[in-house]
Amino acid sequence: MADSHPPYLAHHFEDLEQQKQSATLGIWLFLITEVMFFGGLFLGYIVYRGMYPEAWHLGSGKLDIVLGTVNTVVLIVSSLTMALAVRSAQINRPKACANYLLATIVLGTAFLGIKAVEYSAKFFPGEDAAYVLIPGANFFLDSPFSNGVQLFFSFYFTMTGMHAIHMIIGIGILAWLYVKARQGTYHEHYYNPVEVTGLYWHFVDIVWIFLFPLLYLIGRH
Amino acid sequence: MNETLKLLPAQATDFAGQVDALYLFILAVTVIFTVLFFVLLVGFSIKYRRRKRAEGAAEEKAPEPPHEHYTLEIFGGAFLLVLLMIMFFWGAKLYFKAQTPPSDAMEILVTGKQWMWKIQHPSGKKEINTLHVPVGRAVRLSMTSEDVIHSFFIPAFRVKNDVLPGRYTQLWFKPTKEGTFHLFCAEYCGNEHARMIGFVKVISEEEYEAWTGTGPVEGETPVQAGERLFAELGCLACHNPASGALGPNLAGRFGSMVQLMDGTTVLHDENYTRESILNPMAKIVAGYAPIMPTFQGQVTEEQLGHLVAYIKSLATPSTEP
Amino acid sequence: MTSVTDTSASPPEKNYLNEKITVSSWLLSLDHKRIGLLYLISLLVFFLIGGAAALVFRLELLTPEANLLRSETYNKFFTTHGIVMIFFFLIPSIPAVLGNFLLPIMLGAKDFAFPKINLASWYVFMAGGLLGIIATIAGGVETGWTFYTPYSTMYANSNVILAVSGAFIAGFSSIMTALNFIVTIHKMRAPGLTWFRLPLFVWAMYATALVILLGTPVVAITLVMIFVERAFGFGIFDPALGGDPVLFQHLFWFYSHPAVYIMILPAMGVVSEVISCFSKRRLYGYKVIAFSSLAIAVIGFFVWGHHMFVSSQSTFASLTFSFLTFFVAVPTALKMLNWIMTLYKGSVSLASPMLYAFGFLGLFVIGGLTGLFLSTLGTDIHFHDTYFVVAHFHYVMVGGGVMGFLAGLHFWWPKMTGRKYPEAIAVFTAIVIFVGFNLTFFPQFQLGVHGMPRRYHVYPEEFQLLHIFSTSGAMVLGFGYTIMAIYLLWSLKFGQKAGSNPWDARGLEWETSSPPPTHNFHQTPVVRQPVYPYEAPSVTAPPANDSPEASHG
Repeated sequence: MADSHPPYLAHHFEDLEQQKQSATLGIWLFLITEVMFFGGLFLGYIVYRGMYPEAWHLGSGKLDIVLGTVNTVVLIVSSLTMALAVRSAQINRPKACANYLLATIVLGTAFLGIKAVEYSAKFFPGEDAAYVLIPGANFFLDSPFSNGVQLFFSFYFTMTGMHAIHMIIGIGILAWLYVKARQGTYHEHYYNPVEVTGLYWHFVDIVWIFLFPLLYLIGRH
Repeated sequence: MNETLKLLPAQATDFAGQVDALYLFILAVTVIFTVLFFVLLVGFSIKYRRRKRAEGAAEEKAPEPPHEHYTLEIFGGAFLLVLLMIMFFWGAKLYFKAQTPPSDAMEILVTGKQWMWKIQHPSGKKEINTLHVPVGRAVRLSMTSEDVIHSFFIPAFRVKNDVLPGRYTQLWFKPTKEGTFHLFCAEYCGNEHARMIGFVKVISEEEYEAWTGTGPVEGETPVQAGERLFAELGCLACHNPASGALGPNLAGRFGSMVQLMDGTTVLHDENYTRESILNPMAKIVAGYAPIMPTFQGQVTEEQLGHLVAYIKSLATPSTEP
Repeated sequence: MTSVTDTSASPPEKNYLNEKITVSSWLLSLDHKRIGLLYLISLLVFFLIGGAAALVFRLELLTPEANLLRSETYNKFFTTHGIVMIFFFLIPSIPAVLGNFLLPIMLGAKDFAFPKINLASWYVFMAGGLLGIIATIAGGVETGWTFYTPYSTMYANSNVILAVSGAFIAGFSSIMTALNFIVTIHKMRAPGLTWFRLPLFVWAMYATALVILLGTPVVAITLVMIFVERAFGFGIFDPALGGDPVLFQHLFWFYSHPAVYIMILPAMGVVSEVISCFSKRRLYGYKVIAFSSLAIAVIGFFVWGHHMFVSSQSTFASLTFSFLTFFVAVPTALKMLNWIMTLYKGSVSLASPMLYAFGFLGLFVIGGLTGLFLSTLGTDIHFHDTYFVVAHFHYVMVGGGVMGFLAGLHFWWPKMTGRKYPEAIAVFTAIVIFVGFNLTFFPQFQLGVHGMPRRYHVYPEEFQLLHIFSTSGAMVLGFGYTIMAIYLLWSLKFGQKAGSNPWDARGLEWETSSPPPTHNFHQTPVVRQPVYPYEAPSVTAPPANDSPEASHG
């Protein structure tokens, strides 16, 4: 038990172990709430996919599988760099930690950039496009399943949109960590924030790992 | 005495009496437990009240902490569970009854919209916010909504069911008492929700027959209107008894299980019929090509009800053309 | 807020109220006790708004015709009442005020595990509340607090988006609070404070926090779906596209039914503490009460479909949900049994907190038992969406939740403020509130039996008599709450100084001074006794011969 509080131990904790355990339990509980949050969307997706399998098949086929796959790879690599950032802090290499954090930020931003390209292709389909896939009054698809496809795209945009918002928040936290890491804040005795953010980042990654097959691959068996 | 101070509201069906019997049973259990609880609460508070100490007297000994055994909890809990299961099974039995209309029930179409009830009788006679029904005859309401969710509620019959847009729900009753009873919308549906009310008029069989045959009748029953639409919309071109027809022959089909293209089966009921008209690709009958166009936007809610009524009438071989 | 600081400036001893008295020391305080008070003040404002709305529409209901409010205005009033009372008062009430104030002290900790998140939760809550208020002021919302689709997404002509966003944001504050509770209970207990030495209030908070963590995210995503459908025209529940409005009801009640337990479990925790103290006795069946809280929390997640017996869900689903619902009744009934058995052979005194706790017991027993009429399928067909339901949930949520809150507020008021309120007036007020409540809501059961539907601003004449009873009761209730506000405010300045343990209660919070010092204890306490040691004299210095590891009986 540390009698003198080091600067990175908050005053209301008895020791570092208690602080670390609290942070870890806290983030896991938070991730449980995230599972329930996305769970609601997945439930809706499953219900409608059961009701309109053809529409889901058709809608899925309208997504850009190449960009989707590239994005999946980008995100998995970003999870790797994130894990390496945590590891670097643990083995007392603050500079490497900062660099890996930066790499994670770059990859995360790349993911969002590619996503933006995908979105804009849907938002601006061109004057003579055969279909408009943005749900709402302008939605147009010449298919007997068009209503179901519109439902599919409502879920596509809500799910990927919620995922993107999580990514943006994650990148914001990473940027803050990066600044701190550059100052050498994180080292073998204190790396809670990096570890906790890492867990969050991996979670957001895993959500995508579910979204990718459900949205992009399901129509291509 | 004010009507609402009576223990029970008016009963106008046998079902109402059965619901009330269950209500009285739960009420008895509730009252017994409540009284027992209050007696113990007040009794213990008086019997074991803290007594004032005389000045300078030795401090009163604190009460003993309770024992840690759970006999009371286990037996109390088990006893309660038995009572609760009686309620469950009794209630479930009535619920089943409310969900299963007799097969000979007269069918009346109900459409809810903000803020009125549109009703059409088998004779084709229409009315708004008033429902005339003959006494002693089972009536089944086939209900749908043109906009938001409503709920059809007749307190004197103890029946209620939500009325949803995009699908059919049902309600049935067999009035045993002539009279005028309240009809309410029970699901909040917007500004004038409280004015989406009306009356159910239970009249004798003869009066009903006289009433239903008069007044502004369009000259068509729902089934006849459906038959006419069936021809006008070109349904007959594919759905006919000829061999090699593009669509399944609908005669005798309603109420049976249908084999679908993807290997599953579905009950051909009102909601399946409705879906097949509006969203024909959803569930395709095995052996037929998915070529039927949608009729979404081409038929009104009312016409849809007529088409369903017609297809339903084809189930009985005698009406087969 | 200022009055709180002013009155406590006089005692020479430093405590959490007088250590710093600037506005920023309050608004940026990381001290859980001050955050608890910030919540208390804001929640009372919301309670005032919600209560005032109720009084206005109760006045409208005095006559069968619409002579005070137009239909649209009436609908906005009952919606405001529902949204404010549920999302901005009842759900946060006991956890955010009493839980925030007491939990770390009861655990012998200096603060919650995440004090910054705790402060942030208050700001997030206020942001959500503000959106809710703006939605009301800028024209109101008329969907009912349940936001049923497709009415809310496609037909309502009001500030649904603002209200939904407000509720969504307030949900985050719930989650932050719950997260803090669970981590703190797991990781920050004082030495010797084993799980079975925890006060039952802590157990109740733990169960509540579990429900909040698992339920709130689901309503959050449901509100997001409403948002995208209404704001962007996406079709998610739109029947015209083949969407299912009943799916919304499933998602909504998956949270909103457990939300009832978010309101009632904390009240049960409070009542356990109060009954124990005023019977001078350890609670009968401590473990049964502790685990029944968890049982209620868990079973509560599997009964949401009982709100939809007549919503065209499948018969099988209705049967299942009805069956499971009866199982919630068992742990609840066991708690009632244990509370009553605590009085038996106890040493009962009817001080004001105990009277409020008795109010809880008396009203909640009626609220709980009337739930049986609604969980029984055959009778629910008739009672669904009538005043019977309204009466039932007010007996549970006001009779249970609010009475529990008031019992706790009176019990811990001397601890929070260092002052006593006038006891005789408090006793009188408790009786006024009990009578007023019953006069308001008991007639509504009978209205429901006779078929009076909910959310009607006009009604057939025969219902008027019972509505007159109900409205008069509401006035009595309003009067009771007003007296309470007056004497509690009065006590801040003129109340008698309370010692550290005015009720001769047991528990760590009574071992520190009133009001407590900023860090709760001058040194980390060590717990050496079983829970509720009423047979032993109150301790300031615990006996040294008893080791912390000693059995807890």
